[in-house]
Amino acid sequence: MPERTDFWGIPHAWGDPAIYVYTLMALAAFVLLWRFYQRASPWWKIGRPPSTYRTGTGETLWDRPFLRLWKVIQYAIVQTKVLRQRYPGIMHLGLAWGFFAFFLGTALATIDSHFFKFLQGDIYLIYKFVLDTFTVFFLIGAGMAFYRRTIQRPERLTLEPGFTWSLALITLIALGGLVTESFRLAIERPAWAWWTPAGWLLAQAWIATGASEATLTNWHLSLWLFHLLIVAVTLVTLPVGSLLHILTAPLNVFFAKLDRPAGQLAPVPVTAEGKSIFIQTLRDLTWKQLLEAEACTECGRCQDACPAHAAGTACSPKQLMLDIRSALHHDGVTPLLGEQINPDALWTCTICGSCRQECPILIEHPDTIVDLRRSLVMDGRINAELQKSLDNLGRYGNSFGQSPRMRARWTQGIQPTIADIRRQPAETLWFVGDYASYNATLTDVTRKTAEVFQQAGLDFGILYDAEGNSGNDVRRVGEEGLFEMLVEKNIAMMERCEFETIVTTDPHSFNTLRNEYPDEWRSGHQVLHYASLLDDLLATGKLKLSRQLDYTVTYHDPCYLGRYNDIYNAPRRVIAATGCNLVEMPHHADRATCCGAGGGRIWMEEGHMVERPSESRIREAVAVNGVEALVVACPKDVTMYQDAVKTTGSEDKLKVLDLIELVYEAM
Amino acid sequence: MNIIVPIKMVPDLVEELSIDPGGAALDTAWMRLILNEFDDHAIEQAILLKERLGGQVTVIAPDAPDVDDALFTAAAKGADRLVKLTGETESLNSHAIAHAIVPIIKTEIPDLILTGVQAHDDLDGQVGPLLAESLSMPYVGYVSGVKIENKMATVIKEYPGGLLAEFMVELPAVLGIQASDEPPRYVAFTKVRQAMQTASIEELDIGELYLSGGVTVSRMFQPIVGERAEMIEGQAEEIAIRLVEIMQEHGVL
Amino acid sequence: MSENILVITEHLQGHVLDITYIMLAGARQLAEQTGSKVIAVLLGYKAQSLTKNFNADKIHSYDRPSLENFSPDAYLRVIEAEINEEQPRAVIFGHTTIGMDVASGLSARLNLPLVSQVQHFNGSNFVSQICGGKIMAEGALPAPTALVTMVPGGYKLEDGQGPTPFVLEKQAPSLEGMRVRLSHYIEPDVSDVDITKESVLVAVGRGLQSEGDLELVERLASGLNGEVSASRPLVDKGWLPTSRLVGKSGVAVKPKLYLALGISGAPEHVEALTGSDLIIAINTDPDAPIFNIAQYGVVMDMYEMIEALSNTLEGQAHVA
Repeated sequence: MPERTDFWGIPHAWGDPAIYVYTLMALAAFVLLWRFYQRASPWWKIGRPPSTYRTGTGETLWDRPFLRLWKVIQYAIVQTKVLRQRYPGIMHLGLAWGFFAFFLGTALATIDSHFFKFLQGDIYLIYKFVLDTFTVFFLIGAGMAFYRRTIQRPERLTLEPGFTWSLALITLIALGGLVTESFRLAIERPAWAWWTPAGWLLAQAWIATGASEATLTNWHLSLWLFHLLIVAVTLVTLPVGSLLHILTAPLNVFFAKLDRPAGQLAPVPVTAEGKSIFIQTLRDLTWKQLLEAEACTECGRCQDACPAHAAGTACSPKQLMLDIRSALHHDGVTPLLGEQINPDALWTCTICGSCRQECPILIEHPDTIVDLRRSLVMDGRINAELQKSLDNLGRYGNSFGQSPRMRARWTQGIQPTIADIRRQPAETLWFVGDYASYNATLTDVTRKTAEVFQQAGLDFGILYDAEGNSGNDVRRVGEEGLFEMLVEKNIAMMERCEFETIVTTDPHSFNTLRNEYPDEWRSGHQVLHYASLLDDLLATGKLKLSRQLDYTVTYHDPCYLGRYNDIYNAPRRVIAATGCNLVEMPHHADRATCCGAGGGRIWMEEGHMVERPSESRIREAVAVNGVEALVVACPKDVTMYQDAVKTTGSEDKLKVLDLIELVYEAM
Repeated sequence: MNIIVPIKMVPDLVEELSIDPGGAALDTAWMRLILNEFDDHAIEQAILLKERLGGQVTVIAPDAPDVDDALFTAAAKGADRLVKLTGETESLNSHAIAHAIVPIIKTEIPDLILTGVQAHDDLDGQVGPLLAESLSMPYVGYVSGVKIENKMATVIKEYPGGLLAEFMVELPAVLGIQASDEPPRYVAFTKVRQAMQTASIEELDIGELYLSGGVTVSRMFQPIVGERAEMIEGQAEEIAIRLVEIMQEHGVL
Repeated sequence: MSENILVITEHLQGHVLDITYIMLAGARQLAEQTGSKVIAVLLGYKAQSLTKNFNADKIHSYDRPSLENFSPDAYLRVIEAEINEEQPRAVIFGHTTIGMDVASGLSARLNLPLVSQVQHFNGSNFVSQICGGKIMAEGALPAPTALVTMVPGGYKLEDGQGPTPFVLEKQAPSLEGMRVRLSHYIEPDVSDVDITKESVLVAVGRGLQSEGDLELVERLASGLNGEVSASRPLVDKGWLPTSRLVGKSGVAVKPKLYLALGISGAPEHVEALTGSDLIIAINTDPDAPIFNIAQYGVVMDMYEMIEALSNTLEGQAHVA
């Protein structure tokens, strides 16, 4: 009957091999833990705990351990996010699942050895087969990885020898195991040999050499020792090499935030005495933020997805993590900004959320970027254009520096007059937003929106001059104080009005109203983006479309509607309802690439760029087969893409249309 | 270095200005006030000098709506003392402001007084040179750079055509600032809010309004627009064609 | 006490500044009210030839080496003496970097009323332009002696010009112990284009969103065989050098075409382009003051217009 033998082929002449093995492994494990402690302790020695915020309790990272464990299983074991890209997905799963299998296999063998024997008969055969299969799977992954590092050499990876050495180490472990096994099979030649097909095939090579049993036994022992040694070396070097992510990545996933939605930034943290904390040195970052920097595997998916990086600016989410990491290894006290981290890299970020979306181990780059920006703002280290916009926002409630009294100028001539929700209650408050109100090129779209609402019999009103910027991008620029002031003003104004629902055409306003305005206020009102409203109006028949447009269009998912708030289907249903034929761009839904206006970028000097994000996106749109129009659902997208169409000379290839323009035409 | 910066609030030109029913003054009902842009530069120049040479910066302003904001913002940037002139401050002209500030300065004995070179609502001259004369101090205006060394100020004065001149001025002196060495810094809202808690504004009653020296206005009106431009309407392309035609008609093209 | 009008003339590095003629024109109008004389006051060194086309009845020339260049302290002393001697009805200064340094100081020193930003006279009333040109304030010129600072816009330069008046040399008071001393001039960089010689200027102002967009403007300018000029905000940002600045602190221009893009039309800017033959303005604000001096105007986003114009010109170039 096939059964597992303890230490097959290992001589007992110098005593029980178990003692040597366990001693060595125990030592290696001890060194591993010791070195890991040395690596990890700076996180909580230097970093601070996530403290209380001014408005409520801070984030605790230890609650609901089972839910957290479940996330570890999803992201660190099954690795669902790694699988978002095919080649590296399969490659890494080969390596990682291979190792989970080996680890499990060894654990089971230990149980079998010391507790109760169960690895016998069919169970044993299945055990061998599974391990053998995973070995093959692993080696395929390793081969793919070597190919990736030596031939493919994608830009997003850190192509340094350290990584290749780590890959070599683990490959040697797996190979060592396989070869040891093959020698044993060559000697033993059991009847069940085909249950380990790879090992058995390799054994044929040794059999073919005609070597004596003694020779094979020596080789077996040598390989076994070699395998043991490599495992020990891997264990003791794990905390200092690129394999550290085996420990830090699951930890990072475990401690990931549970409740705070993507579209909600954390408020400025405060000390126990109530003093605000702005990041000057590493000590001002939380240990979780330091862990993130350490856990980063340098895979570079974030960087690849970053529109600012693609545009050729200094921005790189990956580099930010590595800068924090290198600051941590330095001394932890030198000022971060300017010394370790380039402020330019922070200012060129559009806070589009692609990086956090792509990160397989749930790093939250935007949180740290905004934290750092807050510090720059406190120091007054912002460029002149942004300064002007913030001054304007503070004084006039809009970034254009135009009088509040001009906000509703777009309503002139609209019949019937749009209700002033300050004076008369209405069911819906239409929060128009700065761009839709003040920007000359958008007036037409805003008026069409009004007409569509009126046609649908929507009971709505606007705030006229009393509306102020919602604050979403002010917050993302790092001017938390101004954000709070804008929120206070808007809330004070809205409390005096009577309405149930808020609708806005601006995804940025939508995001902050829905996710960041004070809890008590939010619980009383439903916040909708107009795409969802239109979807509903069409579905319930309140809005009827008399024409079917036959355009071939493509749709750009706005960052703050799609990635940050998971609204992908409503606008698509609206497009379908107008009879247009929607063809998706390669980067769509949560992979949509930002137009470049967010994070306050539209208020800043552009700086040097190789190609604007909006222009790259237009090139992608134009490449869609037979496309006539790019449909957008955000006022800033309209202006950004109309400009980009001009600067790329695509006027006769593509029209930029707001979703409302389709609906208007189909009405 | 003891630096004093007299500032004032002026009508914000972003809003539409209208004349009050009396016909001889601005209608203040809808008027928004904003810190005089050149005074903002003066504050910045003062803070820069303080950062370079040490010392104290005092900002003085006549009471007006929103002046507290401007004063606290100056404190958040680094001003040490904030003084507000209270009393009959509604129709203070430059002569009155200068008259009110002179006694304060005489007790302060500053090394330098920096103020905006002009304000767009000045009808009876500028506070800077008026102050200088009352204090028997030298004055240079349209200054866009200040360096201090050994009781002497080296200032850059702007002339037309991009020409600049360097002047040596004996301290104490009054300088009319056109632009500070560095553009006025940004100060975070949070910092201004903090300043509101930590800084305090001293109030000084100016007593009787100094009326002589001002100018009596019999009527204010919006400028008669002689011939307004012929406005061309339509789509961008049509307009462009028309404009090119016009240019050709005028022999430009 | 006389009814004469004194004009404190301004000159710089051997040239008469335009404001001088404007002041002379205003002085002449005032003097004609009462049949009195216009006396132009010249402080300088061997600069009498500058006065050859002043529309004045007399020149009072103070000629000293130490008066060769403007200095506030020196001018205060000399003009104080002049006013005390002449006791005029009015003394007109430029509302400029020269005149403003001196006028208010004299107002305090001699306890004389001062009216600033005067654009023109209406009978014996002054009419001042305040609040960025949005408001006019009129009143009686204070008696017996009024100090006035003038801005351009109310008179043509030609009205301030006339046949060579008689020059009277006067003795300046002692100029010892000046507390302000000119060290040296800093000449502007002349390596760049001289926009005063260009016949087409495409001018940009605050409406320009980013430095990178200058490329679009330059393309348009070269399509018109012209150059790019700017108003103050862009020069302050460093996006264009001072040599391109049109305005009070920059240069005055007289091109055949002045195409103003995204420029609101503040007085300090406008005063320097009134010599233009054809002014076309593009601005999104229909109430922008620039439309009051332009012959043609378009209410539109400047970027749209730049694009449309560039395309039209390129199209025509191909046809031609």
